[in-house]
Amino acid sequence: MTPHCRYVLRLADTSLILAQRLGEWIGHAPAIEEDLGLANVSLDLLGQARMLLSYAAELEGRGRSEDDLAYLREESEFLNATLVEQPNGDFGQTIVRQFLIDAWQLELYEWLQESKDPRLAEIAAKAVKETRYHLRYSAGWLVRLGDGTEVSHARVQDALERLWPFTGELFAADAVDHEVAQAGIGPAPESLLPGWSARIGAVLSGSRLAVPPTTPFGWHGKRGQHSEHLGHVLAEMQSLHRAHPGAIW
Amino acid sequence: MIAAPVSIEAAPPPAVNARLRELLAGVPDPEIPVLSVLDLGVVRHLRERADGTIEVGVSPTYSGCPATRIIKADIVQALERDGFRAVAVDVLSPPWTSDWISEEGRRKLASFGIAPPAETVASARRLLQPDLAIACPRCNSTSTRKLSEFGSTPCKALYRCESCLEPFDYFKCI
Repeated sequence: MTPHCRYVLRLADTSLILAQRLGEWIGHAPAIEEDLGLANVSLDLLGQARMLLSYAAELEGRGRSEDDLAYLREESEFLNATLVEQPNGDFGQTIVRQFLIDAWQLELYEWLQESKDPRLAEIAAKAVKETRYHLRYSAGWLVRLGDGTEVSHARVQDALERLWPFTGELFAADAVDHEVAQAGIGPAPESLLPGWSARIGAVLSGSRLAVPPTTPFGWHGKRGQHSEHLGHVLAEMQSLHRAHPGAIW
Repeated sequence: MIAAPVSIEAAPPPAVNARLRELLAGVPDPEIPVLSVLDLGVVRHLRERADGTIEVGVSPTYSGCPATRIIKADIVQALERDGFRAVAVDVLSPPWTSDWISEEGRRKLASFGIAPPAETVASARRLLQPDLAIACPRCNSTSTRKLSEFGSTPCKALYRCESCLEPFDYFKCI
């Protein structure tokens, strides 16, 4: 698999796994409005994942479809950022995870709109518009929870500290990132950090939340080395398709 | 409102084109049936292929919108019922925007109880600013409150009017 294909697959898997995680909330959110909100964000991410998976399948050139890639790959073949496979926890933790990734995806898709890969640029131009709404939603909730009651504040601060170490992976370049950055296909990951930090910082300070200290990170989901949680996500996501190959709605 | 950029490359002859547009004006959006696919601005080109098949370019409103597949099937069915051979293809770029909903579409939305997009998306960064006041489609009061960023479909947010107390959908700018 070429670095180009691996890179597109990383983006696709990050959206796909996050969509699946958010889908777990359906029927369980604290209020029907949030049930709809999380489901709608999930749906956008799934749509983005489908476009990216189809493209990755074309780049791979082995005749696999978007469904083959989603349903028939093993855990170590998934290349999503480790952050998105982390459990939903309570509503506050889901919002913190969403906020951290929304702000990153916004920086990423804004860059990718100008990518030298026209297909990726086209997908990013579509996705960036949706991502702005996602960030508006998650940032809005983060302010309400962070600046809310003592309990809500403590819970989201705790979630922020728990999830923060996973953000390091988003900005750490490896060989694949270097290749795509060199070719003008994708950004150098670390170049997104200042913009992301500024977005995050502005919302956190308005939420009375403290930015956790930077910790050394040891997560490499984008290289297929996952936390213990991804296997469980895949078991649920893939079981129907594997039990009934070719099943469609 | 600005018109959707519709490609006229390999366009069918004017009389055929007019008939096709008439047929498309009769194809409703499956989730907001008061709007036709033309009102919604999702039809991006009408082409006649060498073998006579009519190709209709269709843009999704949102990446994950489940209605896109239905819209394409409905378009093909409407054209084939009139004797055309037809195929619907995806057009992703430039991405669909709520700015392409026609003036007539906006009036239809309001009469259907859905507040139309409040502004154009000249600067998408506007989205990260505080909300504009959205007028209630029933009583026109601007004393309204957003209940949820996301409503019954990806393209709508949920509001409530503080004057007449009715909840209503707002078609988001995107």
